[in-house]
Amino acid sequence: MSVLVNKDTRVITQGITGSAGAFHSRMCLEYGTKLVGGVTPGKGGQLWEDKLPIFDTVADAVKQTGADASMIFVPPPFAADAICEAADAGIKVIVAITEGIPANDMVWVWRYLQGKGCTLIGPNCPGVITPDECKIGIMPGHIHKKGRVGVVSRSGTLTYEAVGQLTEVGLGQTTCLGIGGDPIIGTKHIDALKLFQADDETEAVIMIGEIGGSAEEEACAWAKEHMTKPIVGFIAGATAPPGRRMGHAGAIISGGQGTAEAKFRAMEEAGVHIVRSPAEMGHAMKRILG
Amino acid sequence: MKLHEYQAKELLRRHGVPVPPGKAAHTVADAIAAAKELGGDFFVVKAQVHAGGRGKGRFKEVVGPEVLAQVVAGAADVPGEGGVQLCRSIADVETAAGMMLGHTLVTKQTGAEGVKVKTVLITTGADIATELYAAILLDRQTSRLVLMASTEGGTEIEEVAAKHPEAIHKVWADPVTGLGDWQCREMAFKLGLSGKAFKGAVKLFRGLYQTYLATDATLVEINPLIISHDGDVIALDAKVTVDDNALFRQKEINDWYDAGEDDASEIEAGKFHLNFIKLDGTIGCMVNGAGLAMATMDICKLYGGEPANFLDVGGGAKKDQVQAALSIITRDPNVKAVLVNIFGGIMRCDVIAEGIIAAVAESGLQVPLVVRLAGTNADIGKKLLAESGLLITPADTLADAAEKAVAAAGR
Repeated sequence: MSVLVNKDTRVITQGITGSAGAFHSRMCLEYGTKLVGGVTPGKGGQLWEDKLPIFDTVADAVKQTGADASMIFVPPPFAADAICEAADAGIKVIVAITEGIPANDMVWVWRYLQGKGCTLIGPNCPGVITPDECKIGIMPGHIHKKGRVGVVSRSGTLTYEAVGQLTEVGLGQTTCLGIGGDPIIGTKHIDALKLFQADDETEAVIMIGEIGGSAEEEACAWAKEHMTKPIVGFIAGATAPPGRRMGHAGAIISGGQGTAEAKFRAMEEAGVHIVRSPAEMGHAMKRILG
Repeated sequence: MKLHEYQAKELLRRHGVPVPPGKAAHTVADAIAAAKELGGDFFVVKAQVHAGGRGKGRFKEVVGPEVLAQVVAGAADVPGEGGVQLCRSIADVETAAGMMLGHTLVTKQTGAEGVKVKTVLITTGADIATELYAAILLDRQTSRLVLMASTEGGTEIEEVAAKHPEAIHKVWADPVTGLGDWQCREMAFKLGLSGKAFKGAVKLFRGLYQTYLATDATLVEINPLIISHDGDVIALDAKVTVDDNALFRQKEINDWYDAGEDDASEIEAGKFHLNFIKLDGTIGCMVNGAGLAMATMDICKLYGGEPANFLDVGGGAKKDQVQAALSIITRDPNVKAVLVNIFGGIMRCDVIAEGIIAAVAESGLQVPLVVRLAGTNADIGKKLLAESGLLITPADTLADAAEKAVAAAGR
């Protein structure tokens, strides 16, 4: 098993004819992802790079290709609509890579997705990968290695850092979830932990958080009661000043809430093996799993 | 994007939220004219800066450094006049506006540097019976907008939230229905209001919600929200922050952007699409990705150093962006060493290496440079740097890089 995506996942790209959408579709195909088509309204019926069919709507794409996952590169003003279209068409795993979607749009999207039976990853995220099987997103495939550890993180390159360390110490990854740095995201840390806990292959989890909000604290409260697998945890932003947005829209300490210290404390109370140094994530996991 | 009080009040007024009559002024003459137009014999002159704590702030040009130190430390009773002044005559307005305009206001939030006041808001004085607090913001836990209100207005609301969370009432808006009238009534009841004040508060809450949606805000905060002896409900102060991601469809608000309060280096970095925040340490950091940039700052601190900045060059940085990033970092005289930490994904390490070589060759680098390249094309990048003949300290891992950068900055 693995989490959310595997070798049988059939993927389409929404916004496949844009430059980012096209580039990353190529990279995913190269990695071995079963990419079966793309959607660009108005270009239905054409062939993308002589390889894949383009559809006008996600519903058409699902009907013709049997797609069950979508990777979204639609520009920010139209991305919320694209997510809802995917959900309405019955897509099960929606990965929204787009950065810069207005928060108010995501309030609507989040509400709309309730009861739809789909999982949204992101927005503003690197995506999801099950090594050697399926890559939906912008992460460099070659640093991954099939293995035993699940990874969940809000950021892109910091996830790569953890992945690189796990590969280096020989443990590898089951599935890596980059859940995104926005205030409203479809899959939160707590959801990722639930998925990893339920997955037979995943033996342990690296959980990377960052300043802002209380999602890490909520995940830790759940983990304390329900998680039987070991977690190695790191929080980025211990040196960040309050009131400043550190790149990600969601990474901001406001009103004394969302500090790295509070999150590290929540992790410790939940029995998470915390590392204060981001260079120690792989070694710490190696010590636990042997 | 933060708005000034007078801008926030203009937006609120348009959505039916009562605010005291007022006018913004950029000169003392305009301030006098505004007061005359407003009429009466009771005015408030308020410095328009983004920072909070204006009332307890003091002006650099007016008081001595020991008083300013007290302000920054958050002392309770600081002598002198601040950024919010009550005036009983036109002459008083003239004096207050003269003290504020063109001068530097230091508050607890601005730090010792302070901010220059370019605009003042002149309003009529208010008759205050009760001070409340009200705000609408995004609740990340529920992914919904929450209306928060409290009878503990006028004070530090963070303190109230920490010590008496039960004193802050909350209702959550379903985006399908919006904030319901029943929810506004529930809130007004919880605040113990009745009669005219009750009706006024319900209308005001609706107005706050409409303002929030119409302006793509991330925060609409009224503190204090006052009730007059006649039962009028008025937003005496107002803070509105607008979602940067929504500025593309908020053209009017976008044009209100006041760069005056941002750091000059941060503005320049923005032109190159670099995410830069200046800090006080000695190790300049250039990193790709916000999370890794924070983690790099953290590990510098862990090895005994202090980061001089947060800098995310983004996912697809080109040569000129790398050059601009290095130039902005090294312009800070506090920087004693630079740490470049790149985990190449889509971004290729050889492109970064070329940018570094070009930047160093062009401008000459006066401080030690530690470079750690990992991921896509890291080997090619490292080779380019080694063959460049430039004085660059290579590092293999994150820990190695931090250790070398801290050592270099300490020399």
